[in-house]
Amino acid sequence: MKASNQFWRERLLEEMPADLAREIDIYEMELELRRLGKIDEKVLAETRLRRGVYGQRYDNGQRWDGEATRQLQYPSAALTKGPSTLWDAPGMQRIKIPFGGLNVRQLEVLADLAEEYSDGIAHVTTRQDFQLHFIHIDDTPSLMRRLAASGITTREACGNTVRNVTACPYSGVCPDEVFDVTPYARACARFLLGHPDCQDFGRKFKAAFSGCKSHGCGLVNLHDLGAIAVTRTGNGKEQRGFEFYVGGGLGSVPHQAKLFDPFLPEEELLPTAQAISRVFARLGEKKNRNRARLKFLVSDLGVEEFRKIVLQERATLAHDSRWTAFLKDLAAHAETALKPAAALPPAFRGAASPPGFDRWLKTNVFSQKQPGYAVATVTLPLGDITSVQLRKLADIARRFVKDTIRTTVEQNIVLRWVSEGDLPELYGALASIGLGQPGAGTIVDITACPGTDTCKLGIASSRGLAAELRTRLAEQSHQMDQAVQNMHIKVSGCFNACGQHHIADLGFYGVSRHVASYTVPHFQVVLGGRWTDNAGSYGLAMGAVPSKRIPEAVLRITGRYVADRRKDESFQDFLQRLGKAEIKKLLQDLVSVPSHDVDPSFYADWGDTRVFTLGDLGAGECAGEVVSRVEFELTAAERQVFESQVLLDEGEFQKAGETACASMVQAAGALVKIFLPDIAGDADKILGEFRTRFYDTELFFDPYAGGKFAQYLFRAQQRAAGPYSAEVAHRRIEEAQLFVEAAYSCYGRLQAKRMLPLDSGSAPATAASPETA
Amino acid sequence: MEVQHVNVKFFAADSRALDLAGFIGIFNEWIRERVGGELLVDVADYRHVSAGPGVMLIGHQANYSMDETGDRLGLLYNRKAPMNGDTGRRLAQAVRSALTACRRLEQEPLLDGRLKFIGSEFEMLLNDRLLAPNTEETFAAFEPDLRTLCSRLYPSAVYTVQQNTDLRERFGVRVKAVGSFTALDLLRNLES
Repeated sequence: MKASNQFWRERLLEEMPADLAREIDIYEMELELRRLGKIDEKVLAETRLRRGVYGQRYDNGQRWDGEATRQLQYPSAALTKGPSTLWDAPGMQRIKIPFGGLNVRQLEVLADLAEEYSDGIAHVTTRQDFQLHFIHIDDTPSLMRRLAASGITTREACGNTVRNVTACPYSGVCPDEVFDVTPYARACARFLLGHPDCQDFGRKFKAAFSGCKSHGCGLVNLHDLGAIAVTRTGNGKEQRGFEFYVGGGLGSVPHQAKLFDPFLPEEELLPTAQAISRVFARLGEKKNRNRARLKFLVSDLGVEEFRKIVLQERATLAHDSRWTAFLKDLAAHAETALKPAAALPPAFRGAASPPGFDRWLKTNVFSQKQPGYAVATVTLPLGDITSVQLRKLADIARRFVKDTIRTTVEQNIVLRWVSEGDLPELYGALASIGLGQPGAGTIVDITACPGTDTCKLGIASSRGLAAELRTRLAEQSHQMDQAVQNMHIKVSGCFNACGQHHIADLGFYGVSRHVASYTVPHFQVVLGGRWTDNAGSYGLAMGAVPSKRIPEAVLRITGRYVADRRKDESFQDFLQRLGKAEIKKLLQDLVSVPSHDVDPSFYADWGDTRVFTLGDLGAGECAGEVVSRVEFELTAAERQVFESQVLLDEGEFQKAGETACASMVQAAGALVKIFLPDIAGDADKILGEFRTRFYDTELFFDPYAGGKFAQYLFRAQQRAAGPYSAEVAHRRIEEAQLFVEAAYSCYGRLQAKRMLPLDSGSAPATAASPETA
Repeated sequence: MEVQHVNVKFFAADSRALDLAGFIGIFNEWIRERVGGELLVDVADYRHVSAGPGVMLIGHQANYSMDETGDRLGLLYNRKAPMNGDTGRRLAQAVRSALTACRRLEQEPLLDGRLKFIGSEFEMLLNDRLLAPNTEETFAAFEPDLRTLCSRLYPSAVYTVQQNTDLRERFGVRVKAVGSFTALDLLRNLES
């Protein structure tokens, strides 16, 4: 949509890493192919999701306006970017930030992108990503190029992929950590990004690292793969490793991660992750999206059996030097401070301190293990920061620290390595841009998923409720009992739990209830989850309360806790003692909904004036589209044909012919991989296998044209190097187009005849060949 | 230089009597009534951030927000879809759209006359750093069309144009005219 979109590629070509630049070119070409109707909408949906380009509420072209559901008449109404997803409808761009690590330049780029392509707001998620909303899909290639030029990729930010690898934001500076997990999280993110073994999952896959077992900053227990730093002594030497967990996850059916290995040596981290990925791709559910996460596979097999299969898989892996290469320069990534260590001047403690400083110091500052340094938390309300604030925050970071900035799973940003002597000045600078709010990690620091604001699956307004609670609790937080102040509140817009409500002391997720002829927004109250101990336990639902009564419910529950708790009794223990029946009784009178005539406010959600409806719910894209590896690779072959046509138009005949030939090999390789998933990209090998498995068996034969299209491939490869005149290149492109079409047909026939080793189109290494299937 | 994605902000005369929550309902009503013939999509509530976009009406062609950036409340018009015509026409279109929205809000019964916009001052910025970097060259290329526009908005009045000096910010100017002008005055001047 931006008039400058056509110019960014050329402008940034030298600044982008070549591989990222090429990937974005490919993505842009895929968008063009979709515009031309040459890519199926389902394939494009998964393609864009794998680049973090996500759908948003109302992108089906319908919106409830309070009286009726109206059509949103977008200009390119017939064009879709996914099933029921209109091209022109605004969408979300998720931006992966591995372990939350950012530098000042990246903050500035994010600020620029937020104001030029989005709505001036950058949003930090509960998994340390950034999200920009209300983005036009036409702008996404430019946006990605600008990110790539600053060292950020959006690749695999959504879809059925390895999502952002998260880590405790205090890694390397926390006094309680065993060792700094940052380089391990970084290596894991890099190793798994785009890894061939991670391209055929039935659902997403999340990994997290923590430097300790006790805190909640890493939330290892709710991840598919979780690693907690541990050491042991062997042969008189300290050895690093990980307490290694698998199969955790929230969602509607939360699972605590299972211990896979109490001590996984550091050199085994990446190969084990690879082996798990292969097992997940091979044995994970693909058809039933509701049971496709790794947690179900681990649960179904049992962790012992799962471990056995993974270790067998591990034993078959060909050695990869990347498994341990990063271990040689662990120290190279160590952070340093900008300023010398200094103690906080006594003059800034107590009554003499500037207004607000004491409260901020108490809740937002954390002393590092390195004496004289601290981590300062920049509290972001609902995870939001304006582009102006982001740019000024970059200035502040430059003034006080180096590139030691991280996002947190609490939707905040931390500045590490602040000299403690600078804290008053830092506070003043943050406060001057509206970022000096105290209360980090306390009851007012509420996390919330996007909910009905932008998410297609949102039932109730999680952000609206969070904002309301934040406002009300902030007014009285300084008078609250310390035990209440330290509580965590987390809000999700629906049961899918993106707001991580299961691990909060007070969690809420959006539901609805019918009252008379109305639908009324409610929140299910989930109590007693534990954020500490890496999300140590999940809370239990206690009943649904009307959305507008939730603030009262919070005050009532916390009030009862303060009044009735025994000395040093935790909230979880208190709930246990109180019992579910008593808790329900406590909330009983809050469950009722006054009639619409008496109080119509109950029938609209927080921050919304429209009469509440569930009619705006859409099909979620969290699960992505299950597109098999074969379909992806056939789409890539089709893209190459298109690319060769462009080259021909540009007079690049040699390149055009070569690209057309390559597209045929790509398509042949896609089919061969049905039976040999690990076959390398070598053209001769692919041709040989294709001839044996598809030509000699006549599997590839067209019902009418027989083996004609396969002959195109064989002939083309004999003359792959050219030379190509315009005429020869043109002919080769025509043949390539027909060959790719024939490959699609062949794949379709195999599917129809149920001749694929797995219905999804991917195959285990030991899959039977079609001859025996 | 191609001038696109023009943003215009007119400031509220007195923001103290206003609760931004009220604009959520007003903007939802605009969507329902399809005001202005534009495709209006959704309302985004950013009241929780300090000096931010406030309450925003998301549209396909443009966004409208009761914006608090710089701690000054105003109506911000953010043109997203590229426009046809020459630069002068594009600038005038953006200002006209912003002023029309201002007038609509001034006449909004729910606000009970509490919202008035200052016509003698506005901000204009170009929301595209590649097409319009914040440089003197951009200013030189942009200034003649801006002055033509200002002479229509403020006939026979003295006005100043000040460029945003932070090079990292988008190219933008603040225009201040001597004298008292309302949003309605400017709309009439623009149409005459």
